[in-house]
Amino acid sequence: MSAMQRKKRTEAFLLGNEAVAEGALLAGCTFFAGYPITPSTEIMEVMARRLPHVENGVFLQMEDEIASAGAIIGASLAGRKAMTATSGPGFSLMQEQIGYACMTETPLVIVNVMRGGSSTGLPTSPGQGDVQQARWGAHGDHPIIVFSASDVRECLEMAITAFNYAEKYRTPVILLLDEITAHTREKIEIPRPGEFEVLSRLLPTMPPEWYKPYEETVRGVPPMPPIGTGYRFHVTGLTHDPLGFPTSRPDEVKAVTERMFRKIDRFFHDIQIVDHDLTEDCDTLVIAYGSVARSARLAVRQAREAGVKAGLLSLKTLFPFPRPQVEKLLRTCKLVLVPEMNMGQISREVKRVNSGITTIRTLNRVDGQIITPSQILKEIA
Amino acid sequence: MLRDVDLSGYEKVTAKNIPWEKFITSGHRACQGCAEVLAMGMVMKAAGPETIVCNATGCMEIITSPFPQSAWTVPWLHVAFENAAAVASGVESATRALERKGKLKKRPKIIAFAGDGGTADIGLQALSGALERGHDFVYVCLDNEAYMNTGIQRSSSTPYGAMTTTSPPGKKSIGQRTWKKNMAMIAAAHEIPYVATASPAYHLDLFNKVKKALAVEGPAYLHIFATCPTGWRSDPAKSVELCRLAVQSKVFPLYEVVGGQYIITQKVKKPKPVTDYFKLQRRFRHLTPDAVEYIQSRVDEEYARLEAFEKATAPLEEVAEPPTEG
Repeated sequence: MSAMQRKKRTEAFLLGNEAVAEGALLAGCTFFAGYPITPSTEIMEVMARRLPHVENGVFLQMEDEIASAGAIIGASLAGRKAMTATSGPGFSLMQEQIGYACMTETPLVIVNVMRGGSSTGLPTSPGQGDVQQARWGAHGDHPIIVFSASDVRECLEMAITAFNYAEKYRTPVILLLDEITAHTREKIEIPRPGEFEVLSRLLPTMPPEWYKPYEETVRGVPPMPPIGTGYRFHVTGLTHDPLGFPTSRPDEVKAVTERMFRKIDRFFHDIQIVDHDLTEDCDTLVIAYGSVARSARLAVRQAREAGVKAGLLSLKTLFPFPRPQVEKLLRTCKLVLVPEMNMGQISREVKRVNSGITTIRTLNRVDGQIITPSQILKEIA
Repeated sequence: MLRDVDLSGYEKVTAKNIPWEKFITSGHRACQGCAEVLAMGMVMKAAGPETIVCNATGCMEIITSPFPQSAWTVPWLHVAFENAAAVASGVESATRALERKGKLKKRPKIIAFAGDGGTADIGLQALSGALERGHDFVYVCLDNEAYMNTGIQRSSSTPYGAMTTTSPPGKKSIGQRTWKKNMAMIAAAHEIPYVATASPAYHLDLFNKVKKALAVEGPAYLHIFATCPTGWRSDPAKSVELCRLAVQSKVFPLYEVVGGQYIITQKVKKPKPVTDYFKLQRRFRHLTPDAVEYIQSRVDEEYARLEAFEKATAPLEEVAEPPTEG
């Protein structure tokens, strides 16, 4: 496909995985390192075809997921917008590096197409079992942003958003899809450059000798030069002081850890993205994400036809958990249903927020099958 | 260099005493013309019933295990992608401990199977560790030169120029840009007692290599070449022919390294041009004559290097005898 044809085309018939790759390229991703794993391989295959045609584009196939995560950390430190894509087993291998990226405040996008089961599990079936792992998989206290997408259009949008937030907050961003979203083929409109926001990391404006890599700033996000551009940049996984050097002085350790959290915490209102669907007057609420949100959308409509005042809150941001939005609706609804393809990972968060306000019901399916609209309808109508 | 390798337990397989009993039964789910399962079946025939198999994630795990097409008649473990050698190490150590305590009369043979990705890429660390620790097991790499289970992605074992979905040939790329990783020599560099390359087209040679690998005390590594008609875009009926052509064109020479001594087991006297091997597959179809010429020269060079290795490691005529008394 030539660049000319791409400029003309605004509509495309894409897989969720292909839309993620498309979104990443639109967001300015020029570096992809990956390792084949079902059901995320298509992202890598599209990148292998497309990146050589992008200016300075680099596609690397690594020897495993540890190396993939390592390569994108390196590329990101060198100033690239970098991404990798994987599924459960590979995501487990990446955890140490995700912690490293949090500690060194390296912007990254990691796409995890969730499959069913633990270990090798159900490679070709959907699941949503990696939700809490995406938040807490890396050891130690660390802030992180986790997004999800429910349809092909959202895959593209959330890929762009993931890059923007990674760059804006200097943090790894995890984009969780499930196998159904990833392997659904739909017609979507591809936005033209200029129709959406593209953010890049803050570059230092001071002369190199004044630059402090992890300096306290108002936003809490220090500027980040590409490594090797004259700015001294001492990157370490050890807890570091504002200059980037290892430290164990309690005041400095406290300061850097708190700043890492504060840069996310202070902007919850910006990061927590949810979709309201018929929630203005609802008394029965469904909270869903990923492909389940699509089933829920239909179920809620059918429930309305049956006379139940149902509404849907679909979560695009899973972590930091959108507490204000959820809490507000919990206060007005008499029943809240949380359907998900795991044993209850987001319902745990909802229950935490709820703390006795209303009735929370869960609908868990872990047999590698999709949660159908009729299943949800049965619970709410 | 190691020299003394005890092969006393090795019985030569000839056309007269060929093993017949199958331990991977027919009715599995492999594609038509899969040389990988053919090779694995041969390895198991030679190994016999007293075997424990550790199988890394890959095609062979998928096609041989689901009920009711489960094909294994021996104890079989499916492990993760990267740890076949590590799990085999654990099994070996445990059986050794049971034997020491007298709870096991005879230690079973332990074979780890993995594909080229599970060996040369993600599993290399575990393999190297197991070879270094010296566990008594056989590691078999079934090399079909790409990640076929996930849908034909390049591995470090993919040959130069080959088309895969992550090495797509076009204006910016020739296909796979790097030369095939030489796993057999990497294994040999661990100075383990036995390393060999084999091909299902040379079945007697393969049987004997498996027998030798099992007979030696300590780790052994077998690298088996296997056609993948699906991934190589070749005719399933010509799988064995392709395996044979790879040997005859010197692309995949068959040799063994016994205690550091290289022995070419199938000497190629009249080599065929690599084009004979390439033209049966569509993954090399895009190659220009220049690229083919480069591949040919590199193949010849590598074969010459192997012959030099054989010459260099041949036992000296006059081996210094240990001093005897009297």
